[in-house]
Parts: sequence; structure tokens; C-alpha cells
Amino acid sequence: MTKPNRSDVAIIGGGLMGAWTAFFLRRNDRSVALIEKGSVGEQSSGVNFGNIRLQGRHPSQFPLSLRSQALWEDIEALIGERCEFAPTGHLYLALASEQVDKLVQGAHQAAVHGVEIEVLDGQAARARWPWLGSLVHGASFSARDATANPRLVTPAVVRAAKLLGAHVLEHARATKIEQLAPGFRISTDRGPIIECDTLVNCAGAWGAEIAAQFGEPVPLFAAGPPQFVTEPIPCIISPSVQSVDGTVIFRQVARGNVIVAGFPRGPTDPIANRAPVPPAKIIATMNRLAEVAPVLASAHVIRVWSGIEGYLPDMLPVIGRSGTTPGLLHAFGFCGHGFQLGPGVGLCLTELAIEGASRISLDAFSITRFSGSATTVDEKISKEFDAAIAARTGGSRIAVDRE
Amino acid sequence: MSEAKTSLPVANGRVVRTAARRSRVIEFKVDGEIVPAWIGDTLLVAVLSHRGALSIHEFDGEPRAGFCLMGACQDCWVWLEDGTRLRACTTPVEPGLAVCTRPPTDGLCHA
Amino acid sequence: MHKVVIVGAGPAGFAAAELLHVNGLIPTLVDEAATAGGQIYRRPAPDIELDMRRLLGRGHRRYQRFHARAGHLLAQIDYRPQTTAWAIFADRVWTLRDQIIEQVPFDALVLATGATDRTVPIPGWTLPGVVTLGGAQALLKGQGALIGRRVVFCGSSPLLYLAAKQFLAAGATVGAILDTTPFAAKVAAAPDLLRAPEVFADGLKSMARVRGAGVPIHHGVRLESFEGDGEVSAVRYLDRKGRAKSVDCDAVAFGFGLKPEAQLADLAGVPFRYDPTFRQWLPATDGDGRAGRRTYLAGDGCMIGGAQAAEISGSLAAAALLQDAGTPTHGIDRSALRRRLARLHRFQHGLSRAFTWPAGTLAGASDSLPICRCESVTAGEIRRAVGSVLGPIDINRVKALTRVGMGRCQGRFCALPAAELVAAAAARPLEAVGRLRGQAPVKPLPPTARVRDRS
Repeated sequence: MTKPNRSDVAIIGGGLMGAWTAFFLRRNDRSVALIEKGSVGEQSSGVNFGNIRLQGRHPSQFPLSLRSQALWEDIEALIGERCEFAPTGHLYLALASEQVDKLVQGAHQAAVHGVEIEVLDGQAARARWPWLGSLVHGASFSARDATANPRLVTPAVVRAAKLLGAHVLEHARATKIEQLAPGFRISTDRGPIIECDTLVNCAGAWGAEIAAQFGEPVPLFAAGPPQFVTEPIPCIISPSVQSVDGTVIFRQVARGNVIVAGFPRGPTDPIANRAPVPPAKIIATMNRLAEVAPVLASAHVIRVWSGIEGYLPDMLPVIGRSGTTPGLLHAFGFCGHGFQLGPGVGLCLTELAIEGASRISLDAFSITRFSGSATTVDEKISKEFDAAIAARTGGSRIAVDRE
Repeated sequence: MSEAKTSLPVANGRVVRTAARRSRVIEFKVDGEIVPAWIGDTLLVAVLSHRGALSIHEFDGEPRAGFCLMGACQDCWVWLEDGTRLRACTTPVEPGLAVCTRPPTDGLCHA
Repeated sequence: MHKVVIVGAGPAGFAAAELLHVNGLIPTLVDEAATAGGQIYRRPAPDIELDMRRLLGRGHRRYQRFHARAGHLLAQIDYRPQTTAWAIFADRVWTLRDQIIEQVPFDALVLATGATDRTVPIPGWTLPGVVTLGGAQALLKGQGALIGRRVVFCGSSPLLYLAAKQFLAAGATVGAILDTTPFAAKVAAAPDLLRAPEVFADGLKSMARVRGAGVPIHHGVRLESFEGDGEVSAVRYLDRKGRAKSVDCDAVAFGFGLKPEAQLADLAGVPFRYDPTFRQWLPATDGDGRAGRRTYLAGDGCMIGGAQAAEISGSLAAAALLQDAGTPTHGIDRSALRRRLARLHRFQHGLSRAFTWPAGTLAGASDSLPICRCESVTAGEIRRAVGSVLGPIDINRVKALTRVGMGRCQGRFCALPAAELVAAAAARPLEAVGRLRGQAPVKPLPPTARVRDRS
């Protein structure tokens, strides 16, 4: 009979959120066990786009986002590695005149929350970034936004956490979670048993299973944007770029490859962990890329894949205290925009675990918002996801508001 | 075997032609220099008849001159002056093509 | 009407197309090259005066026969040359020709995608002038050109002797043949090689011809490096007694047998099986080439076998396809073909012992040796990645950590050596290290390519 290991905190899920939480808990002298069923950072955390984006967030996220950004900007001092963090800036593009308003509104909203955005018309944008094509009607630029290499970040944060004394179990799936009241006991398939006072659910696309076990199910679904990468070409494009109509997102990494994501997001299979992309989906994005940045017209595509991400219908994550169980915290379902929030979430969860309250309000992300009958469905569900997903999510072609 | 058409000087070329061509001689450019080739040549043969390499590798900075010569290794891609990229071993040469052994944006394309 | 798409117009794909046509079908035959023939029957570009009879010697008869048959058949089927198949999805083959993308639906798919050279990284292998054995032949047959004036052939493969013979016939100087497999191993493999006596005899004749022309041939050598500054100028090696030697050259053609181009099979969902004889993951088929739902594999793209085995397996695959479609099949004696194929596969097993893959050499490779020539990933980086991971390590994890296999060729030339290196560094069996997962597109795709809907 295995003797249980005792930790102040146990975290299920060795992705970005779990990694940062483990790191900050150790900085605050709490013992922590990080339990990961595969290798750390293998899932969404390792294959996302790599945007560290302030621009274009839901207003409720700005305080958390700004807190997180300050930590990103200090990453080398924090964890001893840079992970290719680069303050590239982020560029939103209006590819038709009717999209310009959206840019302006977004910039205004961001400014209210303390994020400086520059708005330019098409001509000014092309003067500043000569590689932009003629169909660009306007642009908004957020200079503070950045990018990093997602493949490198989670393993690096885990290394730093381990150096501080975090107990990391890889290739250990949590098979049973028992409530000890107080505390929890987690059994794993590899043998070790962890007991803890506080349990943090950072299990990504599997987070809903754990939430359901504790009587607070959420309508989480897995989906992924088609992504592709080009061969390396000389570095020309410095900001991370995104069209507001959602038809193309791209950035050029230091080695010269251009990473591109497109829509609509399609269904993915987190169990089989494979998400083959229908070829048709990438061709429209490829053609769009060549239109938006004609200099990329001959940068050949060499690999296609799909991200696997956990989404919630209101396109907001679940972060914060459990609504049913004392000592249980959640952070999952980041709807494809969690990369930037990672360090901030880790710090907030640490504060919740230690002080009982986070210094940033997390009310907008509370899991209890799903306990009522009606769910807000963001209009993005119908616009940016396959029709089948939209239909299943209850997002018909019209956005439905909560009464 | 007719001799006339093969008796063009081959300067600094890595590839050695052993067969005459019945097709017409054409002109194309390599790094700004006008050089001859024949219809039927691949770009690889056309360029390497006059040069020792096709490109400089972006990561190790060393010259490359193809490897598998059958479209598998992807090590023979070249630039055209207008930014187009072509795989040299499987692309036929055409009159007037302006090949660069370095990216045209480098400003080093013209001899 | 049963829609069949065949990818690859070498001997395997062509044989499949022939049998299907004889039995009333009009298959679509997609091929990347401008003319049919694959590698073995590659013909010169138009208007090149290359004496193929002189070049191919006794192989010329088969070559001529193939192209005569091709001339008849290709006009009667849906033949699409210069068309690259880059993805398989939902019972459609996605193709690219001249910036136009098409989806070609199929009821049944035959993949006859051939093979490419299997190489092991050797210091200096990225130098201009260093090419694969198959590449040297492709250049000669297709373009009437030699890769250099003084060529060294090295590695271990029957192609060393065949290619050297062809180069001599074309007027080249062959500096040496450096065969890394000891001669004794060839003798020991003779019983298996005698399963295909004609092929064996051809091979011996090539060896004799090359020796008779005065080319130095050394067996049991260890290749040390390809030397040169900006281009190759010499090959350094240890002879079979361990003495350091060097031979001057301006070009090197090297290789250690062949490996199937199985990327499309992977995308088509064909399961793969580890083969300990060939130390590779190969697509899994039944004896006739059935590879799962509606998919049939033939030729070197499934299992290396040479041109005759390719033709036979192409016919057998087409026969299996017809049988599965409920079509009575004529024009083929399947039992006879299966027996011949079995003999040829035994022959291949013999070849694998007469010309061995140098599995162990990478363990001792210098850290600075580039393993992935696309991304410039060195042996040292791969070893460090293996060392940095606790728990079981596999090739896909190493790829994520080091970028090996992430370049333009998507692992075609680095995957096997990288796996050997990972197995050695991690002290794990090669099979446990796994294989790189295939992804579309199997060849680079231009962003400006547009979809055309033929309907």
C-alpha cells in the first residue's frame, strides 16, 4: 500500500496554468504536487499560437491581462529563461471599410482600461508596415503586446518550479479524487497518492470532468483552429498580426517561419489527441495570407495541424473558487486565449490558495455562472466555429443573451 | 552525336553535361548575370552549369547544391528576383527567369 | 462506375493501372513527374540526346518495354502528370498542378509512391557536390548530366555498383567505391540472394564491370567525413583494417538502400508496423497490398523490392481492389505472382544483409554533426534533449524539443538517423522510440494556390 505524499496544494494538469500556479506557490513557500497525465505542456499549452495579446480582450479580462503582462515582461528574472519572449507588438487589421469601426471601438475600450492602442488608416499602416497589401482599410497597433514560443514556456516554468522544490509527477493520470473534508486525496495510475489541503483543477480540456465530479458541470467543448507554418524566409514581419474578421492570424518567428491560424475552428478529439485538419480549411486562409501580405505569397506551407483547446460558450474561462467544494479551485477553458493570461492566473490562484482572495477580481470567470439555466453564447461561436459546433453549443446564427 | 550545341563554355559549373541538346538555347539570369541554358534543362542543371551552389542555407550559412535531386529533400529551392520560390530539381528552366541564389530582399541578388 | 485513383506512375502504379484498364476501369493516375517511369525507368527530358541503350546496358530492354506500354495505356486513362498529391482526406486525394488545387474523389486508392535514398549523416554531408545515389542516377538519366567530374560512390547498396557502371558508361571518372559492408557479409548473404538469380547475376556483372574498368573498390570501410571548403573535395575513411585513407573527388554519391515515401499512406490512415530487418516503420498491408479501408499499396512506397517486385505488387494490388469491388478479374495469375514476389522479398532480405544499414555508427557521432539538414539540428542537441526528459522519450517529443523533422522535407532524411540516435542516447530499443507522425501537405504548398472545382 503506497504511503500518500502530503502537499499543501495539489494541481491536476501540467499545462501552462498548472505550471505557473506551482511556480508561484513555491515562491510563497507552499508545498505543491503537480500531477500531469502526459508530459508537461504537451496539450494546448504547447501548440497554441504564442500570442501574448492585450488587444482585443473581453473588457472583464483587462485587469488580469495587465497583471499577467507585467509578469511576462519580467520572465527571465522570474524563471531564468526567456522562451523567445519578444515585444513584437500586435496589429489588428480591418480588411473592409465596415470593419474599421470595430477597430476604433476596441482601441477606445482598451484605452479606458490602461492599454495604449494606436489607430491608423490603410495608407498610414502601409507606410509603417510596407508589406501590408492594398486591401487593408485600417489598423490598430498595441505596442506592448508580445509573443513567445509556447513549446518552450511550460517546460521552462516547470523546471523553475522544480528548482524551487515543486514535486512534479509526469505520466501520472489522476484516477480518483476523494474528498477528505478537509482536503483531498488523489490517486494516480502510476501508483503515488497525493493528499492536500487545496486542490487546483488546471486540467484544460479535461477540466470539466473534474468540475462535474464536484457537482458543477460546465458546457466545455474541445475545438481547434486550423494552423499551418511556412518555410523560413527572411524576417520582414515584426508584429503579430490578426484580421478583425477572423480570416487570418499570423506572425513571423525569429527563425523566419510564418505561423498562421485560421477559422473556422473545427471539432477536435482530445482523447485520441489527434486533430486532422480538412485541407479545404487551410486553403482559404493561405489565399487570404497572400492577399494581406503579398510578400508571403511564395512562402510555401510545410505543415498543417490543429490546436486542441477547451472552449466555453461565452468565450470566457473558468477561474476561481469552486461553487460547491471548499478548498477546490478551478482554472480551465481558456477558449484559445489563455497563453497571455498564464502567469497572472498562476499568481491569482496562489493568492486564493494562501490568502483566500485574489487581488484581482475573478468574478466574471466564476464557475457559478453556469449554475443557472440560461447561458450566454458569444457571437464568435457562430462566426468562428464550424456550423456543427455552433449548433451543438446552442449558438444558432444569432447571439443569445442571458435574460 | 552532334557537337555544336554542347560546346558552350561551362564556367564554375558543378554539373557536367554529357549529352547534347536538340532543343533551343535560351537565356536566363543567375544573380543578375545573363547565362545560357537549353529548353529541357531543370533549373538545377541550368544554374549549376554556371555555379557551384544554388543557395546559402538560412541557418548554417553554408552553400547548398541539392541533395536528392528528385524532389524529396527540398534542399534545392531557389529565389527569383520577384520573390517567387521554385524547387530547382523539378522545375524546367524558362527564358528570362531571373534566379537569385540569395533572397532578393538581401539586396545581394544582382552581380 | 468504380472511381480509382492511383498515385505514382512508376512500375508499381503503372502495373496497377494496366490491370485495372484491362478489366474495364479507367483509373486516374496522378504523378508528380512530367513523364512516367518513376526512378528506375526515368527517361531523359525531351530533346536530350542521351544514349539510353549504352547507359542502361542490359536494363535497356525493360526500360524500352515499359515506355512502349506507357505510350499505349496513358492516352486511354485519366493520366495527370506534373501533379503532386499532397493530402488524403475523407476519400479524396488533394492535388496541386501549376498553382491549381483539386480534390479527386475515389472509391478506392492505390498508393505507389516509391522510395527515396536512405542516408546516414556523415560530417560534410551538406557540402555542395554530395548527393544521394538515387539522385546521381536521376540527374544522369533525366538530364544527361553528371554531378561532378570525379565521383566517389560510397555507403552500402547494390546501387553503388549499378550507378558507378552507368557513370562509367557516360564517360565519368569514378574515384572509388567505398562499401561499408564487409565482403564476407555479402558472401554470407548469397543463399538468399540466389532466390532471384537474374537480379543477383546482374548485380555481380555490374561489380565486375566496375572492377574491370580499374575503379578501386573497398569493402568493410568506415566513412569518416566528406572534406572540402564550400564544396566536396575528398572522402576520408578507414579501410577494413582500420587504416586512415582518403580519396580525392569533386562529387560524392552515397546511400544505404532505400526507404519508402510513405507520407500519403500515413495520411490515408494506413497503420504502420516496425520491421526489425529494415529497422524502419513500414506501412502494414496484407500479402496483396490491402492496407485498410479502400486503400492499396504497391511498390517501393510500401516495401522496398526493386522494379520487378514493384510491377508484381502493382498487379496484385489492382487484383485485390477488383476482387474487393466484386469485379471478376482476368489477365492475372495471382498465385504465380505471389510466389515470385515472395522470392523477391527473400532476395531483399538478403540484400539487407549484404548491404547493411550502419545502425551503430550514430552512437559515436560527434555532437556537432548536423542530423537535420533542413533545420541544422545537431547530434548534440538531440542528445541534450534526450537527457533533459525524465520518463520515456520518443521521436515526436524530441522533435518538439529540438525542431528535428520540422523543416521543408518534414523528416524525410533525418527521421531514421534521429531515431537511431535517440535510441542510442536513451538506451531504448529503436521500436520504442516510435516514428514521426505525418501531416499534410506532404510537399511544400504555395499560399497562392487556388482551388478549382472540376464539377
